[in-house]
Amino acid sequence: MSLYTLHYDVPGDDFTRAGEASGDVKAQLKKLGFDPGTVRNVVIALYEAEINMVIHAGGGVIDVEVEPDSITMVLTDHGPGIPDIELAMTEGYSTAPDNVRSLGFGAGMGLPNIKKYTDEMVIDSTVGVGTVMKLRVNIKE
Amino acid sequence: MKVSEIKEILDAEIICGEESLDKDVFAACGSDMMSDVLAYVKEQAVLLSGLVNPQVVRTAEMMDMQCIVFVRGKHPDESIIDLARDRGIVLLSTKHPMFASCGMLYEKGLRGGAIV
Repeated sequence: MSLYTLHYDVPGDDFTRAGEASGDVKAQLKKLGFDPGTVRNVVIALYEAEINMVIHAGGGVIDVEVEPDSITMVLTDHGPGIPDIELAMTEGYSTAPDNVRSLGFGAGMGLPNIKKYTDEMVIDSTVGVGTVMKLRVNIKE
Repeated sequence: MKVSEIKEILDAEIICGEESLDKDVFAACGSDMMSDVLAYVKEQAVLLSGLVNPQVVRTAEMMDMQCIVFVRGKHPDESIIDLARDRGIVLLSTKHPMFASCGMLYEKGLRGGAIV
């Protein structure tokens, strides 16, 4: 049963706007009264995933669903896809271009960070079609 | 440590957030890699960075950080300042480089996170 849903279109052509959706999710969850630890886990994972979407996939959409015991985020893009998910999950492995590194990202920490802050992380990716990332954070009592 | 003490120790200029100088800061993180910062969770921390773009403020926002110190005399543009002001994050700028800035704060008792 979904109590609350949020939807965002993430533009892929403006790195300076990357994180706007995550920032709004943070504001909404705080307004709903969630504890700061849960909110932080959700928004750090979502922010890394949103950055990835902008860097690698030219943007996409984010759907957030608040349920009684968890918060689920689904990020869908139509980017190039991830050929080897296991390799992409390795700390330090990155395919980001140098200009992204000069902006403070692309160190190969994004996916490991997302895993660290979530209770469930499922990546479904097809090369040439796109990637769907489903993330779930359990709500702390 | 109060944000006002950080300002004094680093001889820093206040860019925005003057009204929040009495906020308490319990830890510090110095990095130009935002994913490294995002891997680091400490309550009420200050971020020191030589990187100047909106993602530095966004990263601090996600981490509930109180204050950002731009090192080596770096200065953000108006759009970055507006974002920080809107999120209630204090922005400071010091002429000291990153290593010296971290050392000066450490010497006065501020600590980072544990080894992970």
